[in-house]
Amino acid sequence: MSWKSKDLLTLEDFSAEEIAHVLDTANSFKEVSTRSVKKVPALRGRTVVLFFHEPSTRTRTSFELAAKRLSADILNVQTASSSLVKGETLIDTLKTLESMTIDAIVVRHKASGVPQMLANVTHASVINAGDGAHEHPTQGLLDLFTIREHKGSIAGLTVTIIGDITHSRVARSDIYGLTKLGAKVRLCAPPTLLPMGIEKMGVEIFYDLDKALEGSDVVYVLRLQLERQKKNLFPTIREYSMLYGVTSERLKRAKKDAIVMHPGPMNRGLEISSGVADGPASVIDEQVTNGVAVRMAVLYLLQGEKTQGENS
Amino acid sequence: MKSMLIQNGHVVDPANQLDGEADILIQDGKIAKVGKGLKAKADQVLDAKGKLVTPGLVDIHVHLREPGFEYKETIASGTQAAVAGGVTSVACMPNTNPPIDDQAIVYFIKAKAEKEGFCHVFPVGCISKHREGTEMAEIGELKRAGAVALSDDGAPIMNAELMRRVMEYAKMQDLVVIDHCEDMNLSNNGVMNEGYAATLLGLRGIPAVSETVMVARNIMLAEMTGARFHVAHLSTAGSVELVRQAKKKGLNVTAETAPHYWSLSDKSIKNYNTNFKMNPPLRSEEDVAAIRKGLKEGVIDCIATDHAPHSSTEKQCEFDEASFGIVGLETLFALTYSHLVEPGVVSLSRAIELLTTTPSKIVGINKGTLSEGVEADVAIFDIKTSKKVDANQFKSKGRNTPFNGWDLKGWPVTTIVSGVVKYQAE
Repeated sequence: MSWKSKDLLTLEDFSAEEIAHVLDTANSFKEVSTRSVKKVPALRGRTVVLFFHEPSTRTRTSFELAAKRLSADILNVQTASSSLVKGETLIDTLKTLESMTIDAIVVRHKASGVPQMLANVTHASVINAGDGAHEHPTQGLLDLFTIREHKGSIAGLTVTIIGDITHSRVARSDIYGLTKLGAKVRLCAPPTLLPMGIEKMGVEIFYDLDKALEGSDVVYVLRLQLERQKKNLFPTIREYSMLYGVTSERLKRAKKDAIVMHPGPMNRGLEISSGVADGPASVIDEQVTNGVAVRMAVLYLLQGEKTQGENS
Repeated sequence: MKSMLIQNGHVVDPANQLDGEADILIQDGKIAKVGKGLKAKADQVLDAKGKLVTPGLVDIHVHLREPGFEYKETIASGTQAAVAGGVTSVACMPNTNPPIDDQAIVYFIKAKAEKEGFCHVFPVGCISKHREGTEMAEIGELKRAGAVALSDDGAPIMNAELMRRVMEYAKMQDLVVIDHCEDMNLSNNGVMNEGYAATLLGLRGIPAVSETVMVARNIMLAEMTGARFHVAHLSTAGSVELVRQAKKKGLNVTAETAPHYWSLSDKSIKNYNTNFKMNPPLRSEEDVAAIRKGLKEGVIDCIATDHAPHSSTEKQCEFDEASFGIVGLETLFALTYSHLVEPGVVSLSRAIELLTTTPSKIVGINKGTLSEGVEADVAIFDIKTSKKVDANQFKSKGRNTPFNGWDLKGWPVTTIVSGVVKYQAE
């Protein structure tokens, strides 16, 4: 099975087969990270740029390790703000990088659509590492990978995503991935944190956390950005935690073998109690481990298969 | 001055209930006679057989950008775009730098238009000093200098007390108050219509009520003050309903809409193309249907483009950062003909009315007719040949159109301003 696009921008236009192909590839890469020499030569001689316009430790280091374990050369380009401030557009910056001949560019930006915009003007592969409130496809893939590892299959599972859906790119990618693979997705949040029309994505909406948790196979807790409170999206952090914080007591309503996930970084004691985060149901650390394998698979499929083509 | 005879065209002049084959004789820059088989001698004869001949179009919502933003558009380039679109009169919005909040700027624009312009230019004066929405501008003086209407377009008047006083004062001056109706708190830095399309794109939404509540407030203030109030670029079903009710009550309320609000919806936004970003934003399909119905039923009084040229750097960037607005003058009639007249939403003569007599009446200018004795502003259109929109051929400096590549009918052939040919298609 070959990759149809030069880029990974969204899970929206992925088929179930394509998702499965990435997850299967990731499976074979997961083993690499367990070796004492954690490296394969798949991307030797290729240059991968990590183009991050938003603070990110987790995703950036995960991509960096993934590329390094594939033997690619890495270039870190980080800016805190829009390059327009310097009078140079993002496209100008990209063209500059491209002139130095790069093969892939991993983009994180606070504005939705930036990876799409850049993909339209470059020959390099563009990988979306999170754009605004749009998508975070590699997070979606690593979440699917983790769920599949624990549950065997995704079809038929009930997955409950709790928290700020409006501003969450993770939620959108997860919803696409999960619904394509046949899971039932529940969203649980106050109406102020649910974007208009979201139910049309084929999800069920809950305002009551206890009802949402009832019978869930997977409990996915989103990070609450504390500054949302200033925007009147909920009255206080205390009240949010009271209504939507996932605690060990509440988790009892989910299935006995339910797993708990979180994209990190967590606000302990706010959206998730330490008891749950560190408890037996938590697979949060595994998500991080799997992130490297999934990103290796993505880089390999976008770049490595091209190498094989060139050699043959 | 030379005389001109336009022969054998299909003349539509709603002001004179004319809709049929006729000739037009122009003498000394004025309409001398309109009638069938005119046997007049003229210095110049134009054969308009098979073509549509109308009064030059009137667009009361145009951003000419001069003074201050000449890199986006100038009075020269903007009016050249106008005549290339069959438009012979434009009212230009005051969000220039400096803004048109002072008589000097009105005189500057009129002088520049006289010297370099291709068509008639009617400045719209500011409602507030510096367009800041806090203190009333010198409205009486703006009127005397030649401003035809008042607006802080681009910025709504958030302060209801200021709007009340401006309406009272504008009524005394017999000036229409045009408001960009938007509650900035509800818009909350949104960049497209709030709805499922924005949810999928992960873009911040501007709810339809952000426009509708302001239309409601302004209608109430117009009722209280008796002022003439005009809704700029109406885009929501709720606004159509409010204007309908206001008219039923007999209030002096009018409204315009722009071609993109009946030909595109928020679903049209693909791949974060910033040429689909304007304010108000492209709305839902339900809103589009209501706009069409409003045009059909006469609730919406006129069509205006909200022609808003921008440079490529202001558009080739993040959707969040891109400037709001699209150019519209050169596609105005083609979109009206192809997407309103041909599908049968409005008749041809009603469409011409929406583009000539009603906008002229709203801002109180003696334009948009072929009545004998008026300045000879005439547009000739080919409504049979389909042609692709090519933004690179625009006379406007702006290339920011969502319609590039669209197949449309209704293209200007010849545009005549005060008896002189100012545009001739190649």
